[in-house]
Amino acid sequence: MISSAIIPQPLAKLPWRLIFLVAGIAAVGILTLYSAAGGSMRPWALRQGTTILFFLCVAVAMSWIRESTIKSLSFPVYALILVLLILVEMLGFVTKGAQRWLDIGFIRLQPSEFMKPAIVLVLARFFELLPAGDIRKWRAIWPAALLIGVPAGLILVQPDLGTCTMVVLGGLTVMFVAGVPMRLFVGGATALAIAGPIAFSMMHDYQRKRVFTFLDPESDPLGAGYHISQSKIAIGSGGIFGKGFLNGSQSHLDYLPEGHTDFAFAAMVEEWGLLGGLLVILAFGAVIRWGMMVSARSKSRFAQLAAAGLSATIFFYVSINLMMVMGLAPVVGIPLPLVSFGGSAVMTVMLCLGLLMALERQQRTTSKLA
Amino acid sequence: MKNGGKRFTAVHQSMTFSRRMLLAGGAQVAIGSLLIGRLGWLAVAENERYQLMSESNRVQLIIVPPRRGWIIDRYGKPIAINRSDFRIDLIPDQLEDVEQTLTTLARLLELTVDDVDRILKELKAARGYQPVQVAENVPYEKYAAVTVRLPELPGVQPMRGFSRFYPDGAAVGHLVGYVGAASAEEYEKEQNPLLITPGFKIGKEGLEETLEQSLRGTPGGQRVELTARGKLVRELTPKPDRSGATVPLAIDSDLQEFAARRLGEESGSVVVLDCLTGDILALVSMPAYDPNSFSDGIGRSEWRMLSEDPRRPLLNKVLNSLYPPGSTIKPMGALALLEHGVEPEERIFCPGGYRLGNRFFRCLGRHGTVDMRRAIAKSCNTYFYAMGHRVGYDKIAPMAKRLGLGQKFDLPVVSQSYGTVPDSEWKERRYRTNRQLIERPDWTASDTLNASIGQGFLIINPLQLAVMGGRIASGRDIQPRLVGVGKKPAPLLDIPNEHLEIVRGGMWQVVNGDGTAGASRLPLPGIEMSGKTGTAQVRRITDGQRGQSGERRFRDHGLFVCYAPSVNPRYAASVVIEHGMGGSRAAAPVAKDVLTFLFDRAKAMESLAALEEQWGGTLAERTARQAAMIQAAAAARSAPA
Repeated sequence: MISSAIIPQPLAKLPWRLIFLVAGIAAVGILTLYSAAGGSMRPWALRQGTTILFFLCVAVAMSWIRESTIKSLSFPVYALILVLLILVEMLGFVTKGAQRWLDIGFIRLQPSEFMKPAIVLVLARFFELLPAGDIRKWRAIWPAALLIGVPAGLILVQPDLGTCTMVVLGGLTVMFVAGVPMRLFVGGATALAIAGPIAFSMMHDYQRKRVFTFLDPESDPLGAGYHISQSKIAIGSGGIFGKGFLNGSQSHLDYLPEGHTDFAFAAMVEEWGLLGGLLVILAFGAVIRWGMMVSARSKSRFAQLAAAGLSATIFFYVSINLMMVMGLAPVVGIPLPLVSFGGSAVMTVMLCLGLLMALERQQRTTSKLA
Repeated sequence: MKNGGKRFTAVHQSMTFSRRMLLAGGAQVAIGSLLIGRLGWLAVAENERYQLMSESNRVQLIIVPPRRGWIIDRYGKPIAINRSDFRIDLIPDQLEDVEQTLTTLARLLELTVDDVDRILKELKAARGYQPVQVAENVPYEKYAAVTVRLPELPGVQPMRGFSRFYPDGAAVGHLVGYVGAASAEEYEKEQNPLLITPGFKIGKEGLEETLEQSLRGTPGGQRVELTARGKLVRELTPKPDRSGATVPLAIDSDLQEFAARRLGEESGSVVVLDCLTGDILALVSMPAYDPNSFSDGIGRSEWRMLSEDPRRPLLNKVLNSLYPPGSTIKPMGALALLEHGVEPEERIFCPGGYRLGNRFFRCLGRHGTVDMRRAIAKSCNTYFYAMGHRVGYDKIAPMAKRLGLGQKFDLPVVSQSYGTVPDSEWKERRYRTNRQLIERPDWTASDTLNASIGQGFLIINPLQLAVMGGRIASGRDIQPRLVGVGKKPAPLLDIPNEHLEIVRGGMWQVVNGDGTAGASRLPLPGIEMSGKTGTAQVRRITDGQRGQSGERRFRDHGLFVCYAPSVNPRYAASVVIEHGMGGSRAAAPVAKDVLTFLFDRAKAMESLAALEEQWGGTLAERTARQAAMIQAAAAARSAPA
């Protein structure tokens, strides 16, 4: 926060450090898109810049929303998005095709995107309402599981495995910090670890092949492993200092597929090297840490849980994308927010940040009053 | 955690939250560290590997075949060179309308249906920027016709290429072999992408094959930057190709050509050696194929004509034909006799043959009383029967081997048959492996008698015959050399000079005395030739018919081994005329002209011109005429179909 006599109070009270971090990451992203287009603001960089600017303003505006408003809106908004998800599903059924968005004239609304922050808020609200003594009881668990399961199921059948995973992980994080018994998570993880090999043994050959391709992309460098192989080549060939701005051969000669969307990080590291990549990762780390600190400092249970969940959502966004790009996770189609071209990721992250800023402002004002 | 009796209070809740937040934050830091570690691993530890992969993505090398090295003779005269020609290739990635393009090309270049099929097949298999050959050796008019239509033919690449040219044609056919596109097996074996580059040829026979690695050179590359879809972004600095090395041969190409022409219509061979250094000055086998037509790819009918010819133009007779040497080995026999104590002055009476038990071994005539020199000059079998019988063949065989018979020489040739110098140990061994050929395991006196006059089990190739002549002439242990020019004379053989002089005296008489080749004296003042004739039986002599008449394929071979000048010999030669019926009649005159050529070209050419008039033109003219005939025959065959 900048405190100066010249700057008006409302402006000075904005979390400027966060805004600078976000702007910095966005700048790197825009430069990457500029390079990926062969050194041109069109078709991606300019549009991306406008989108980020717009949603940053939205986020800053959101910071004035009061915690009580957020709280009271949690369930209605969640319900609304659920309805929209069902609508999308029905629309897809009618048009006989996979559908993820609702076209409402000026914007294509993708309800599953909104579900990412909404699931966090609704669970935070639920655990806030739950009496403290009930957290270890069955009645703490099944409603939460239902709140996560229904939208996750709806998104999964779209099909959108990436978003579904994000919604589930966001929800689980809220459950985790809310204090749902540890043995559930340990048990769940153990069950997954056991189920994995069993599922693998029951898989069809082509499904197994996909698993192998993920584990060893070089075994099928021209087929399914192509994305991961080329992405690793782009990152690895960049070295410490990179090939230089506008000099990435992998992205410029189209060897790196999706160099402006899901694999933008690879395109960036190819030109900016390990240093560029490190800078972006650390910047994201600082953003997430800021969010976690908001959660830790919060006085109300809702703010604690919501802030933790929203930070985790951003964390999962970034880490799943980076794991995918560096060959540590299968290709599930999750973009790197603020860097990859595409409005929905920017919107979701900005919504999360806006909510976090609102919660943070609340802390300051309440602490002042107290 | 605690459960049951105690109530879970807000305090507990807050404690749990803090603990869980710590765990969640820790997990996030752990994953963050994992990501940074992974990034460092890829970008630093694996950097080199990925940089290479990125470069191999970015840059593709279009192989530019190197120019094949020349083969030149000992004086620098070209034997195999490259002539530039025109070729048309396709770049698969730049093709827009394959069918349209091929139709146009087929019309312009008069491609056959087979050609189009092949191109389509290769296009399907081709990837990226590697060109596919449409046609090579395109005549200029057709090349120009394609070139002017290039704007409407994207992906068509007219190129200047090189084809192999042998100025001496058939005269060097067996010596140098020919070149051709690599076969699938050859590519399989070497796995070198150069081999499947359009227009690249490898040696298929003869020196072209055995000297392949020197002649090939290193391919260059046009380095281009390509997008993932194969679109050309820009050309980078090309990697220059290095032409193959020029390989000088010991051959004297003028002599080689003369000898080939001098053999005329005969089926046979001529070998000329430098008898001091062992340099092979000429190595001719006739009739021969024209390597120029082979290098362009030979038609099926032409191939059949060649392979069905009874004079076997596809066989290198110098190295792969074996003949009984006949009387040509008598000088060698004489050296062995001298070594084992036979006095050169000792006389033997020749009544026209030699009686061994109840068998009578015939001589070619009744020579009366002969000593060693005279026995060589008159080629008296009786003398060698008698003396061979006295000494035993096991004592003669080592001398045969010392003079090069049965020896496999260290030469860059595809194959050489090295024949047999028989002795008792050999016969016993062969008896065990091949009972049909050898009737009894022990060496008999009649085996000795047959071998003593160069018949029976003894078989050699014409190169060995020339080496034997050269070693007797110079007394040096020469080893034939094909590549490079020998500078130093070979070391002396361990044979006393007196012995050699006696034998040389006999060989002098053969030509210059009243010997068997008196008609073949060199027509040169002050230069004499020494030699020895030989006649090799093609089949067992029956009822007095001596292979001098009758069906051609049963007639005797004529052989001649010689050297010149008789004093201080410099050159040694062997001539074999298949079914020539006798060394003095068929082989010695050829040797005479070939050796004359070495001393007086004009005189040799004069006598050749007279002969070629009888045969109906020079070798080149006759080869061309034959090629035209074959083509006409092929056309006649395919026309009704």
